[in-house]
Amino acid sequence: MSNLSTAEHSAATSSPLLTVKQLRVDLPVAKGTLHAVRGIDFHVERGEMLCLVGESGCGKSMTSLALMGLLPRKAQVNADCLNFDGVDLLTVPERERSNLRGARMAMIFQEPMTALNPAYTLGNQLSEALRRHQRVSRQAAHDRALYLLKRVGISAAEERMRQYPHQLSGGLRQRVMIAMALMCEPDLIIADEPTTALDVTIQAQILHLLRDLQQEFGTAIIFITHDLGVVARIADRVAVMYAGEVIETASAQALFKAPSHPYTQGLLRCIPTPGKTLPGSRLQAIPGVVPSLVGKIEGCAFCNRCDQADERCRTTPPLQAVAGEHFSRCHFAHQLASPAPLNDQEVTS
Amino acid sequence: MTNTTSPANSMDPLALELCALSKTFKLGGGMLHKPQTLKAVNEVSLRVPRGQVMGLVGESGCGKSTLAKMLLGLTPPSSGDVLINGKAIVNANQKALARHIQPIFQDPYSSLNPRQRIAQIVGLPLRIHALGTPREQAAKVDQMLDLVGLPKRAAQQYPGQMSGGQRQRVAIARALIMRPDLVICDEPTSALDVSIQAQILNLLLDLKDEFGLTYLFISHDLAVVEHLADRLAVMYLGQIVEEGTREQIFTAPRHPYTQALLASALTPEPGLGVPDIGLGAGQPDPTQPPSGCAFHPRCPIAQPQCSEQTPKLSAITHASGQAFGKGSQARVACHLA
Ligand SMILES: Nc1ncnc2c1ncn2[C@@H]1O[C@H](COP(=O)(O)OP(=O)(O)OP(=O)(O)O)[C@@H](O)[C@H]1O
Ligand SMILES: Nc1ncnc2c1ncn2[C@@H]1O[C@H](COP(=O)(O)OP(=O)(O)OP(=O)(O)O)[C@@H](O)[C@H]1O
Ligand code: SF4
Ligand code: SF4
Ligand SMILES: [Mg+2]
Ligand SMILES: [Mg+2]
Repeated sequence: MSNLSTAEHSAATSSPLLTVKQLRVDLPVAKGTLHAVRGIDFHVERGEMLCLVGESGCGKSMTSLALMGLLPRKAQVNADCLNFDGVDLLTVPERERSNLRGARMAMIFQEPMTALNPAYTLGNQLSEALRRHQRVSRQAAHDRALYLLKRVGISAAEERMRQYPHQLSGGLRQRVMIAMALMCEPDLIIADEPTTALDVTIQAQILHLLRDLQQEFGTAIIFITHDLGVVARIADRVAVMYAGEVIETASAQALFKAPSHPYTQGLLRCIPTPGKTLPGSRLQAIPGVVPSLVGKIEGCAFCNRCDQADERCRTTPPLQAVAGEHFSRCHFAHQLASPAPLNDQEVTS
Repeated sequence: MTNTTSPANSMDPLALELCALSKTFKLGGGMLHKPQTLKAVNEVSLRVPRGQVMGLVGESGCGKSTLAKMLLGLTPPSSGDVLINGKAIVNANQKALARHIQPIFQDPYSSLNPRQRIAQIVGLPLRIHALGTPREQAAKVDQMLDLVGLPKRAAQQYPGQMSGGQRQRVAIARALIMRPDLVICDEPTSALDVSIQAQILNLLLDLKDEFGLTYLFISHDLAVVEHLADRLAVMYLGQIVEEGTREQIFTAPRHPYTQALLASALTPEPGLGVPDIGLGAGQPDPTQPPSGCAFHPRCPIAQPQCSEQTPKLSAITHASGQAFGKGSQARVACHLA
């Protein structure tokens, strides 16, 4: 399986690289069951950049851990379909699963120190990431590590290989994590807020790099972030999550041009946008708080904060198409899909 | 910025003035390593007029938080002076200082004592300074909680029972209960979701108007800084490399580092991609700062003189200077600006 190159795979099938249908993640907690992920659907095409956005606690990390098979032991996963390039991730034996991990799907964690081993040199860890999955010589693994470190913009790569994780700055560690994720040329990388802790100049360099590498290696990326600026600039498609559900998915262009769910619209109004928001003016905020994920949520999960809500919202809205590949989980999705940029009203006020 | 400064106002002392403020850390010095020095803040001079918001931006590790800690009396300066309302704070103790200057930090989780109720946390400064009777103190706490938009019952809750946004409101209430003149905000919203960030920014702006506060506002988020700040100081490796009004910095940045910084900000406009800012690989080692202009190894327009002579932070007349009005003097530290 892992010997097949990406090209052969793509030729063999034109179905998405990853298909997720009705994914659920439940966690037992003191007060009952916490439904962290409540039946989400999405897919990722080969070589595509899918951004997953949403506020803290909406289930972004739980979704990615479910895909990687790295959920906490007490978590329960259910899905109608969890298919990675023909492999059923729900039934695959753990041995095969751990072969997939690293070899064909890799994860970049928000805090790189959790994923790097402080006791080994970077060179060691990078080489090991490859040799665990492929029979290659030490020298070949070393060469590939060196190549990738240079590729992620690390100067004096030869010396860095001999260093330990704590001797690097946050920005450098994050790049090492990216190099590590690329060691086996995976088909899918899940990057969980990889740039949130970095400042904007370093962030720009890393995003640039991910885009380049993606084009070079044809890697698909699920990029998790709550920074809408980042989303706009790198995403091919976006899935917006709220309280454990996907509430809107669209191409980046469509989402920012015609957001069709009140939550997405609210998010876009919250952020000050240079040239659009008058400095010092009041920003629009989304009032209220996210509902508890413990137990069942009746009706639309956004209902208690939505200024468009009415009687109908007591029933759960389906994910419906507003345009070609643009879906929204709102009863009024069609009325909301107005193409006017949302921030404009601020300028005139 | 309109020019309605009356003579009386211009006599007013600055809310905050920093004169050649420096902080040097000594590092290492074990058996195998010789001790090194790190100039985290290097001769920073800055004037913040009363009632204004001074934004402070710059790369991670450039010394912003160290600067903030010196102002708050949390770490002593190695050299230089801090003047608050025209008075030097050299020998002022932290308690006296707390009446004039208060912090709001990034992390609303670790900055609140988890074992105290919100009422105790917010009222602590009043107790320390023995201001008013217990009843008056309680009334003041209620009033503050109301002002920052927290319900009455919040007073009896513990920090662990609150959301991130609510905790940041508590931190703001605590900072403002002493009615300080100056509030140092060190990334006050970076740990919060954008929907909550908007609420907190609105609150900070409201309170500024209500109490005539002066803010030093540190943030990595340039859109937020542009929204809030009247003036802006840009730091690189412990030094201010450019300072000016919001308009000057955002419309006509003069220092190559400021230009790179602004170019890296990602506005939510799809289709524009991620700019290649060409800053080159590494951040410099702060224990061995480059010679001459500290930015020269990464500067796209560096000249031979840049590695030899250190550029001074000096006043510039802006190309479009007139348009920004009087009193909007800008400073930049670059041989070619
Ligand atoms: N180990 C755990 N036990 C119980 N509940 C958990 C656990 N980890 C996370 N949760 C809960 O599951 C929900 C989803 O969490 P998740 O970490 O996926 O959120 P997220 O979208 O990644 O948020 P963030 O942006 O803050 O990282 C949250 O309500 C969280 O409180
Ligand atoms: N107590 C300390 N001892 C030694 N070095 C320190 C100490 N505190 C800070 N430094 C160093 O001083 C420099 C400035 O740090 P500071 O925390 O002020 O940066 P910052 O601009 O706030 O960065 P960030 O944007 O990441 O918060 C850094 O190189 C840091 O490593
Ligand atoms: S279904 Fe109703 S409550 Fe839910 S987002 Fe749409 S309008 Fe708002
Ligand atoms: S002084 Fe020289 S190196 Fe420094 S910013 Fe100006 S041009 Fe660049
Ligand atoms: Mg997460
Ligand atoms: Mg800091």
